[in-house]
Amino acid sequence: MSRFSPSLPVPSVASSYPGGARRAAARWRPGLASQPLHSEIFAPGHQACGVGLALALARDALKAAADSADAARRHVLWVQDRAAIRLGGRPYLHGLPADLRYRVIHVAATSPEDALFAMEEGLKCRDLACVIGEVAGNPRTLDFTASRRLSLAAERAGIALWLVRLDAAPDLSSARMRWRAAAAPSLPPRWNPTAPGAGRWHAELFRARAHLPGEWMLSDDAGALRAERVSPLAASPPDHGDLADGSGARSLAAG
Amino acid sequence: MAIWLMDLALDRWRQVNRLARGEGADAAPLALISDTAHGPRIDAVNPAARAAGAAAGMRLADARALCPALAAVPSDPAGDLACLEKLALWAQRWGPWSALDPPDGLLVDTTGASHLFGGEARLLADLAAAFGQRGFAARAALAPTAGAAWALAHFAAHSRAQPAILAPGDDPMRLLGDLPVAALRLDGDVITVLRRLGLKRIGDLVGLGEGGDPAAARDALQRRFRNRKSPATNPLIRLDQLLGLVPEPLLPVVAQPMPLVQRQVTEPIRHRALLDRVLADLAADLQRELAARGSGARRVELLLWRVDGEVIMRRLELAAATRDPAHLIGLLAAKLDGIDAGFGIETLRLCASWCEPLHAAQADIEAAAEAHGTTLAGCLDRLAVRLGAGAVTRPVPHPSHWPERAQRWQAPLESEPASQGMLNFHQRPLKLLDKPESIAVLYAAPDGSPQRFRWRGQVRDVVRVEGPERIAPEWWRERSTARLRDYYRIEDSCGARYWIYRHGLVGDGRGGAPLWFLHGLYA
Repeated sequence: MSRFSPSLPVPSVASSYPGGARRAAARWRPGLASQPLHSEIFAPGHQACGVGLALALARDALKAAADSADAARRHVLWVQDRAAIRLGGRPYLHGLPADLRYRVIHVAATSPEDALFAMEEGLKCRDLACVIGEVAGNPRTLDFTASRRLSLAAERAGIALWLVRLDAAPDLSSARMRWRAAAAPSLPPRWNPTAPGAGRWHAELFRARAHLPGEWMLSDDAGALRAERVSPLAASPPDHGDLADGSGARSLAAG
Repeated sequence: MAIWLMDLALDRWRQVNRLARGEGADAAPLALISDTAHGPRIDAVNPAARAAGAAAGMRLADARALCPALAAVPSDPAGDLACLEKLALWAQRWGPWSALDPPDGLLVDTTGASHLFGGEARLLADLAAAFGQRGFAARAALAPTAGAAWALAHFAAHSRAQPAILAPGDDPMRLLGDLPVAALRLDGDVITVLRRLGLKRIGDLVGLGEGGDPAAARDALQRRFRNRKSPATNPLIRLDQLLGLVPEPLLPVVAQPMPLVQRQVTEPIRHRALLDRVLADLAADLQRELAARGSGARRVELLLWRVDGEVIMRRLELAAATRDPAHLIGLLAAKLDGIDAGFGIETLRLCASWCEPLHAAQADIEAAAEAHGTTLAGCLDRLAVRLGAGAVTRPVPHPSHWPERAQRWQAPLESEPASQGMLNFHQRPLKLLDKPESIAVLYAAPDGSPQRFRWRGQVRDVVRVEGPERIAPEWWRERSTARLRDYYRIEDSCGARYWIYRHGLVGDGRGGAPLWFLHGLYA
């Protein structure tokens, strides 16, 4: 961890953001203690990578914020609208991560309005660990006002929401972090080289309030989220966490 | 006191069809039947059928051979039991405590209550009249123990001059000794054994036969039935219960009146604001009612009587027992949208038709934590009210190897069914499609695994594959023509991983060329 001392000149990029200048320059990495509570993940509808990434991020955040003993027993609300169920199916108990297997409560909403209602109700509930939503496409009701409602509800209750948008265009939203996910070739398994291995996702953080955008190859390694930095330039050095680098290239208007 | 309703099933059938005894359809031979593994079996017959040769316990086909005109009506054992429960409560008019004696008997404790009816004989006469008025054929007997009363009710000779009453001071064997051993409430095979041993009457068991020694008879029976521990299989235990030497615990029937609150308004309600106000009063009343019993409501019914005679009903099911008036009002308000008050609502009733124990709990000491958010049960209730009861579910394992049947959906707060630990030999997909989608395999490797396929209009190349994992259909449930599935885990060139299967084998004789389906998506 690098420490800024007052005598050093503050990087100019940080001074352009009012409030949280140091946080603004920090890069996202797995295991951050203070995660934003409302994230969106855009994913193709014919893959399960979106919800896979959402579950991995949710477990990472829950592990980082494990405050009390009963946090590990709280339920996870998984809301899907009908179009999302048709595109990607329902959760399957035997394929869920072992620590979430018996904690999932599934809500099958008929319309995006009902899915939004269910997510907001879940965010108001103090006994839930987190809420995972899946909404297909760009429904008219999921506009900026609706996402703002979700952000406010999440921040009031302190419960995280991961909203997976299947086959959707990144429209206006107040989500604090917005990811774009796609499946990546899986890790080679240990024994059978011709078999598919543990899942890996190509995740692009294209809009975040407190972090710089970037691309990672994320994978779930026995409950721990592993991130590998992908740089647009092939020959760039690997990521070293939030060591101060000359990242003046944060785009505000991405998305 | 034991009451035996001799023809409970038939009496109920007559009441349902509004027939008097021996009238209309009851004049012809008729039997109540239930379906068994060996075909329909007769549960009860009416007098005309009995005269024609049919009897309870026969198969319908055998009875039809004797009496071709025999009409068959399905019996209703659940309805009979419900009727018996109601009769058990009603029979508390003769004593403070009653118990069921299924399938067709009742036990009432009349200790110290017979003088209210003018003596025991008059009590029995009153009972016969009361049951006769309700259309049930009943026989009753009074005795110091339940076993003796049961034996007398079922097997003693009944007449008006000599009612079946065993007074506490009497010698029990005077009345009971001549009854057959079936009066001891024993299982059929034990009765057969006793009959083969030559012990036909209760008196034979206690050694009252000619030249019998009571101690020797008891010793012999003790040795013969030393392995039988349950009362219904051991005649000695039953005999001791009959004589009152060992206690016989019985489970009483206790009436549980439904918590119910009601308001009648002088001026019929026509506007929603007033209705909400009265509803809030009712919910507060219901909370007091439930708190006094230490229970919470799982199902609440709201009935609104309109001036013109219409009744509007709204039903609410809750995920966990609650009596919080604010919660109930919030849920009911969502159900009352679009209600038609007509000329006004004059009576409102709120009843909790399903209650569960809910004891007063310590509220959160910190008031802020209470106000912070809803509880899980409250959240699920609100979701269920808006989205429908079936929309909020939880996956639970089910003992099956067939992928769709290996998980089931149940209400979220119900306890999980007992299940065996899972064997994680195979990786299962994160999500399963509701219905497997057909895919067109364009090119398959010589070993049968697909190399290129089309799904949802897009051609995908398979890069890595693992399989097959053969899953055979459950032959004990499926038809013999059900085909097996060969599952493959595959990964396409862009990294998406799927669970696909081939439905059947070439040449398995269960259909044409096997088709391919995509069933699940891996994360």
